[in-house]
Amino acid sequence: MEASTAVTLKKWRCLVCDFVYDEARGLPEEGIAPGTRWEDIPESWTCPDCGAAKSDFVMVEID
Amino acid sequence: MSSVAVQDDRPWVDRKRYLWLLGILAMTLPLQGYLLYRWTGWSVFWWFSPIFIYLILPIADALLGEDDNNPPDSAMAALAADRYYRWAVYLALPAQYLSFVWCTWMAVRGGLVWHQWLGLLLSAGFTSGLGINIAHEMGHQTSRLERWLAKIALAPVAYGHFYVEHNRGHHVRVATFEDPASARYGESFWEFLPRCVIGSIRSAWEIEKQRLARQGKGPWSLKNDLIQAWLLTLALYAAMTAWLGWAALPFMILQAAYGGSLLEVVNYLEHYGLLRAKRADGSYERCQPEHSWNSNHIATNIFLYHLQRHSDHHAYPTRSYQTLRNFVGLPRLPSGYAAMIPIAYCTPLWFAIMNPRVRDHYRGDLSRANLKPSLRARLLAGERRAAA
Repeated sequence: MEASTAVTLKKWRCLVCDFVYDEARGLPEEGIAPGTRWEDIPESWTCPDCGAAKSDFVMVEID
Repeated sequence: MSSVAVQDDRPWVDRKRYLWLLGILAMTLPLQGYLLYRWTGWSVFWWFSPIFIYLILPIADALLGEDDNNPPDSAMAALAADRYYRWAVYLALPAQYLSFVWCTWMAVRGGLVWHQWLGLLLSAGFTSGLGINIAHEMGHQTSRLERWLAKIALAPVAYGHFYVEHNRGHHVRVATFEDPASARYGESFWEFLPRCVIGSIRSAWEIEKQRLARQGKGPWSLKNDLIQAWLLTLALYAAMTAWLGWAALPFMILQAAYGGSLLEVVNYLEHYGLLRAKRADGSYERCQPEHSWNSNHIATNIFLYHLQRHSDHHAYPTRSYQTLRNFVGLPRLPSGYAAMIPIAYCTPLWFAIMNPRVRDHYRGDLSRANLKPSLRARLLAGERRAAA
């Protein structure tokens, strides 16, 4: 459920290919709903562009 | 599987562990060739590297065959964490530089006859091609040190754009019509080469420009990975020219061109004709194992750090080479890269061997393949007629 946006949604960048996962947008084409937090994505998920693992992503500090 | 009830608790042993050191040795083939020349007096040994890649390796592939060894799941973590394997790559870098410097010096100061100079040129170029391969292996890691080493490995080959384009261009667009580094069915290597080189440089520049724009910077900055990599080449070539004189420059440039062409012919082999399907929303399906051509021949695999286990590489691009696995049912080349390269140079032969394989892979439906544009219309028209 979307609570009031007291907590900002973040972005995560793939260190291998620069793909950005935006928590606000999710990844609907792969069944990940908008608003899905990074920690709620399964550990087995990989970058849709290049296959890198979740551990190869970093949080984007500044938008 | 053994039917004996006793559990085998022996840890899995990597039988290829010490073979990986051969990659370091391969960098110095020109010097080994020189020693053979001094020992025998035969000028043919100035051609040691081309003889090695075009003759010795294909024969070794044919004789030694395929390598079905995969590390079991239980051994993967320890294998991946074993730093020995990274050192087997790191040490190839000083060997590559030693070879580059020695070859250039010998070309300028060695008083060589033209055919010796030419053999040396190709030999230096082969080392440079291997340099791109280790840059590939290191550039895929996420540590800053390894990525810097990758740029350094690319400097003698003047292939700095590869650093940007490979991870952020090719791996994103692999096996699509838009990827300059994915070959199309019906496209000869000679058509592919300029398309790939020019397309890759353009793409790399665009990618860096966008990345810097996100940080509020323009592309003409020292933070531009392309400019950094090209400056490394410039500095290296300038230093060598200052030391050896102008005669060094054509040698270095030509060996870089040949080295680059080796990388490009490998690109050509790796995805020829293969295509990712488009989803209903226009986006491409994820890269699957079926989108790469693989080879499991052990001889070439050893010298290329498992580059031929290409499907697994695209599935797990940050995996260190020793953990890459082979699977049944993957698109397979009839031999190792070493034999496929001269075949790729010979267009009618390549088409005769590989086109049927692409057709078979798509069960005759070439509309599912990555097609050369001029062929697409013709083939689809022909298929409609045949189906009618």
